[in-house]
Amino acid sequence: MAFDSFSAFIAMEGHGPYVWACYAVFAVLLVGLMSWSSRHHQAVMASCKRRYQQQESSTSARPKQAATFARVEVSQE
Amino acid sequence: MVLRDCNPVYAVVAGDRYHSAPCRPGLGLAFAPKDYLQGNSYRIIFIHVPTAFLAQSIYIMMASAAVVTLVWRMKLADVFVKAVAPVGLVFTFLSLFTGAVWGKPTWGTWWVWDARLTSMLILLFLYGGAIALDRAINDEKSAARAVAVLVLVGVVNIPIIKYSVEWWNTLHQPATFKLTEKPSMPVEMWVPLLLSVLGLYLLFGWLACLRMKTEIVMREQKTRWVRELVMAGRG
Repeated sequence: MAFDSFSAFIAMEGHGPYVWACYAVFAVLLVGLMSWSSRHHQAVMASCKRRYQQQESSTSARPKQAATFARVEVSQE
Repeated sequence: MVLRDCNPVYAVVAGDRYHSAPCRPGLGLAFAPKDYLQGNSYRIIFIHVPTAFLAQSIYIMMASAAVVTLVWRMKLADVFVKAVAPVGLVFTFLSLFTGAVWGKPTWGTWWVWDARLTSMLILLFLYGGAIALDRAINDEKSAARAVAVLVLVGVVNIPIIKYSVEWWNTLHQPATFKLTEKPSMPVEMWVPLLLSVLGLYLLFGWLACLRMKTEIVMREQKTRWVRELVMAGRG
């Protein structure tokens, strides 16, 4: 350590506010960027999955309905 | 394909750097000796220089990708430009902010309109412009080409930033590191600084891989391989 005590480390001989403000903004922005990027990625993956599942359920349901409808039509005639 | 190729890189890079990279500037913050002239305010250098270095380095990478976009029409190059532009914007902002806060105790002012500071501000606007232009154009291909042209035109700013401290009389000090000379700072100062730069590069690598993956999945969501990947819960 280049400092004698923890309070000296915080104070930095009067330059503390400048140094700590810089490090705080640096940390906040980088952590923000990292969490924003990974959350955005997860959100995109989740929305893709939802769409694929919707497509799958609609394509598997539609032919069945059509078939039933056709059969009803045929039996009525 | 690309997504799967990215994965091992992503894992290796993420494993090391995710935890350690943001801590690297801490080495200089607590353990480096203080500067004889500037006192402890110089400790801002451990985040100021790496962010400024990365901001310019990312722009050069984007410009190289822009050439690839224009000449070979590779979609991946455009994905890269789009994915890293916000990262570059944040790094440029950080270097300007830390520079301003450093300037107050050292120069007695937050901001001066000198060559280095102004050219760095222009870099910030170039990043912002590239992001805005990309969002303003709906068609993917025309957006890619327009952004590539903007990025390439803006690359003229990079040597101006680099040599601004030599060409003009500025408040800003000249470069601390030169490839051809021994650094003028003691080992206890330049080793943490170098590690900070390295850590930030690794962080950038991780961010670039992650953001490119997101962009690729978004663009290729109609293809079968993305469908398989997403349904398998990978990526």
